[in-house]
Amino acid sequence: MDLGLFQNVEQNRRRSVWLILLSIVVTVSLGGVIGAASTGTPWAGIGIAGVIATVLALFAWNQGSSFVLSSAGAKEIGKEEDAVLVNVVEEVAIAAGLPRPRIYLIDDPGMNAFATGISPDQASVAVTRGLRDALSRDELQGVMAHEMAHVGNYDTRVMILLSVLVGTVAIMSDMFLRGRMYRARGKNQGAMMVVAIVFAILAPFASMLLQFAVSRKREYLADATAATMTRNPDALADALEKLGGRGKLEGANRGTQHLFIVNPFRTRQELSSAFATHPPLRERVRRLRALAGRYAARSSK
Amino acid sequence: MQMLFAVSEMVWIIGLVVVIGVWFVGLYNGLVRLKNIVEEAWAQIDVQLKRRHDLIPNLVETAKGYMKHEKETLEAVIQARNSAVAAAGQGPAAAGPAENMLTGALRQFFALSEAYPDLKANENMLSLQEELTSTENRIAFSRQHYNDSVRRYNTKLEQIPTNIVKNFGDFPEKEFFEIEDPSEREAPKVSF
Repeated sequence: MDLGLFQNVEQNRRRSVWLILLSIVVTVSLGGVIGAASTGTPWAGIGIAGVIATVLALFAWNQGSSFVLSSAGAKEIGKEEDAVLVNVVEEVAIAAGLPRPRIYLIDDPGMNAFATGISPDQASVAVTRGLRDALSRDELQGVMAHEMAHVGNYDTRVMILLSVLVGTVAIMSDMFLRGRMYRARGKNQGAMMVVAIVFAILAPFASMLLQFAVSRKREYLADATAATMTRNPDALADALEKLGGRGKLEGANRGTQHLFIVNPFRTRQELSSAFATHPPLRERVRRLRALAGRYAARSSK
Repeated sequence: MQMLFAVSEMVWIIGLVVVIGVWFVGLYNGLVRLKNIVEEAWAQIDVQLKRRHDLIPNLVETAKGYMKHEKETLEAVIQARNSAVAAAGQGPAAAGPAENMLTGALRQFFALSEAYPDLKANENMLSLQEELTSTENRIAFSRQHYNDSVRRYNTKLEQIPTNIVKNFGDFPEKEFFEIEDPSEREAPKVSF
């Protein structure tokens, strides 16, 4: 019964765990290779990677959420400003069995939403004015359930962790390649040096692609979780259809694009690609509708 | 030589005992955690039911001026509300039917209120209606969360090996919170 969907959820979860492990492997081995090439032992490089990752993680842990929220121009709101929005978020928080997150409104006509925070107790959800005004109550509930699902599935934390790894790899590669240019050539460890250079050029791309892949898996997962929370997959599917091609947002940047419910840069319905942070909208809608159909078939029995 | 052998055997036995002990503690704590989730979930339902009970006097008060000819319906809502308040805090088995009565009375009230456009346009009524809609959702979601956690907990109690571990602590089976409602949508079965 419903094995297809069950496997789907499990598969998405398992694969994303493997991808995260792979990102860690990429980061550690980049450090190792650079260390081996420059000093003859991998440990120095791994140590430096560890230090960079720790510094970035400390920043992300303490400042990450407020940084993302303020760069998107989000303002916290309470019940007096928008009773329906606050009610809807409180409802889905109850459905998820989580504490109520802080609620933010972004004064932008683009239609988008995101969640952030390192743990469910300190989570924030944000929605743009454009999205807030365009959706019905049920659709808004679907979107907020999707965001709450990201919080409950710890996606917000996973994405912060991955950003730290991507950042570490980028800094390591950059330092190494720049350092190479100024240093006298013709030292020892010739072959190792070639390996390290190739690695340093490729690793930033690899870790970024891994981050995107995790993001895509997690989007499907959050859609499915949202459907079980509200028992109303159709409302989320309707909302996603309205969102299609209208997610563009000024305050978003390349570093935060994966957080949003639909990609804030792509304005057309994209095809599945390794460079996308989100699965194609059409496919997400299709899966949600299948879920709704499955459920309608059962309740009519 | 023989002495050493015996020591290494001892180490193995002690190691095994420690591993089993740690495993047992893990299972026990897992049950405690699930039980606490169930109890928290029930407390959440209680909060939402109270929220619903608190809204109703206000609602009736606002409607009174407009729905002069619907005294009986308004009385029925108040009565259902009062018996729901009385049943609250007596566990899921008592609260369930009382809340059903209230849901039925409210549904009738809202069906009748359709005939009073002035009432429907009243600002106070509009915000009460939003609060009530939200409360209904909250109750449905907290019940859903409660029943899910009861199911998880009860299943654990029956499964090997937690069915043995449960005898070492206070782990009674928990009851579901049932509300008979044909219009209710059934959950799509997605397991995580």
